[in-house]
Amino acid sequence: MILLIQYTLIFASVLSLVALGGCFSEHSGVINLGLEGVMVIGALGGAFTMKGLANAPAIVIVLAVIIISALSGMVYTVLLGVACINFKADQTLVGTALNILSTAAATVIVKAVNMHENPDNVSSTIQYVNAKKAFIVKLGKFEFNWFMLVAVIALVCAYVVLYKTRFGLRLMACGENPQAADSVGINVYKMRWSGVLLSGILGGIGGIVYITAGVSEWKFETGVAGFGFLALAVMIFGQWKPVNIGLAALLFGFFRALSNVYSGFDFLAALKIPGSVYNMMPYLISLIVLAFTSKNSRAPKAEGIPYDKGSR
Amino acid sequence: MNEKKSILKNEGFQAILAALICIVVGLLVGFIVLLIINPAGAWDAIVAIMQNFMTRSSGPARLKNLGNTLVKTSPLLMCALSINFCYKVGLFNIGAAGQYVAGAGMCLYAGLAWKLPWFMCVILAIVAGGLFGTIVGFLKAYCNVNEVISGIMLNWIGLYLVNMLLSGVKEPSSPYTLKLSSVNPGGILPSLGMGAFFAKNKYVTIAIPLSVIIAVVVWVVLNKTKFGYELRATGFNKEAAKYAGMNEKKNIILTLMIGGILAGLGASFFYLSAIEEWSVTQSSVPAMGFNGIAATFLGGLNPIGTIFSSFFIQHITLGGSEIDMSVYPSQISDLISAIIIYLCGFVLFFKLVMNKSGSGKGGHKK
Repeated sequence: MILLIQYTLIFASVLSLVALGGCFSEHSGVINLGLEGVMVIGALGGAFTMKGLANAPAIVIVLAVIIISALSGMVYTVLLGVACINFKADQTLVGTALNILSTAAATVIVKAVNMHENPDNVSSTIQYVNAKKAFIVKLGKFEFNWFMLVAVIALVCAYVVLYKTRFGLRLMACGENPQAADSVGINVYKMRWSGVLLSGILGGIGGIVYITAGVSEWKFETGVAGFGFLALAVMIFGQWKPVNIGLAALLFGFFRALSNVYSGFDFLAALKIPGSVYNMMPYLISLIVLAFTSKNSRAPKAEGIPYDKGSR
Repeated sequence: MNEKKSILKNEGFQAILAALICIVVGLLVGFIVLLIINPAGAWDAIVAIMQNFMTRSSGPARLKNLGNTLVKTSPLLMCALSINFCYKVGLFNIGAAGQYVAGAGMCLYAGLAWKLPWFMCVILAIVAGGLFGTIVGFLKAYCNVNEVISGIMLNWIGLYLVNMLLSGVKEPSSPYTLKLSSVNPGGILPSLGMGAFFAKNKYVTIAIPLSVIIAVVVWVVLNKTKFGYELRATGFNKEAAKYAGMNEKKNIILTLMIGGILAGLGASFFYLSAIEEWSVTQSSVPAMGFNGIAATFLGGLNPIGTIFSSFFIQHITLGGSEIDMSVYPSQISDLISAIIIYLCGFVLFFKLVMNKSGSGKGGHKK
């Protein structure tokens, strides 16, 4: 039972971090379908940091990993920003390209590094057994993970920034009606860039949390298994509002956690449901939830439409 | 002077030029990555990727490998057509990967468990793919669910469902499904003697010419029929189409159903040629559907152009396994395809610039 709560919380942290990333980006008017790819690149940066700092003090590891993951994710979203904001490219296409590119690039990079270190090692796996311990504080049987705290802080910050600061309100204006925002002197391009870069930071951190959630090594060929898209589902279910996103993340996190720990419950194991069913569950649930919640969607009105100063 | 203008503004010319630029830049980035990994063999490696089957020494071996490339091109072409068709109607069918998976699961199960003849397997693959597409279409039309997100969810649902389904017909000692050639030879697509052209390549089947014919049919339907016109009108402006008396909900569902049918058919082209088996422990969705996105956009969103771009994408993907894998990762060709997709995002901008340049003071399109 404690294990289930623990996994629920950690997966919910991943989902809420990434969903908040999507939330910032979409409020500024850019749909970031490349969040999945951002997660992979963030995870890549974080994993290399963990590998390199295996013997450093815990606090150094925690801070360094978070900062490097965030930076990696942010740098990667520059690709999205340039294409979609400055060159007005199709946001769906570029997001998809980023997802495919991230897995290919991460695999190539990890394999090249592995082969460089040891010619016989052609795998795309990074191990970080020791460094992972820095993130965990044991409270009895419950393993508290610093990332859970990071997620809560991110939620609070997102709420304050979006609703209580000038920046947040301006950001949202750019996603609702960029022409009007521009007419009162807001720089729409700048706001959209901020939204996209923030989504990179949050997505990057989400990526490293995801790959350290249950395991202590990661094979980069697998990417992050659609988690970026689950996060988008969480965001839609949460109606683009930070508090609702947090709650939605808990629900989805629970179903994801179930697939990790179902064999530990006697009554679930006794049902003899194949593991695939539990693996499928988060995706199935999100599809059903989306079917019922998308009708009255409160999506930012101008999202997905490139802003062109000339067309009013 | 007028002639020079017209060639730069010719849509076909623009599409080909844009595709070539994307390819060159993609290969260049790939080459730079190879250089960083190990400068010594980088040139040989990029040449190997571009040569693919031409790296083989003898004529027959080359022909046989060309056959294999073509066998794997036809399902890719089908996935690309699926995405192409939907994109023309304003829908991004990233769920093609899942529709492909559904088709694969159904045709393999029908062939291995029920031992049905090949055409029945193909029909069932179409039904399964079409069903997956219809779900996405229904959710889009009636529940306003973004087709990209529902498509991705269905990709994963499909993968786990098919893994479960095919666990019943797998080899006892390996995660791969039983060999179609030994269990049910009648389930394999007929070759009509075409294998002989490719140095007795037994995987060459009617799938290859069929996929090219379907590409032409898709082009005709989209550009020369009332049905295609209505669909494109819906994609261009949903509200206007509705106002003009078109049933936009029906059109959305129909489009994604056709997209699903094309992708499902593609899966049957691949698995019923028996070139590879399905691994029931695979934990990622087959890349075919995603490579289809690359092929679609590289082909300039034109079904005919897609025939060539599919071949090119498959060519470099297989070329990736011809490089010295003790030095370079074979995924380098995935990297090149991914960069090509990314660059395709700039194509619209590129065309805009071309249309503006040379038009002098008038500045109007066309």
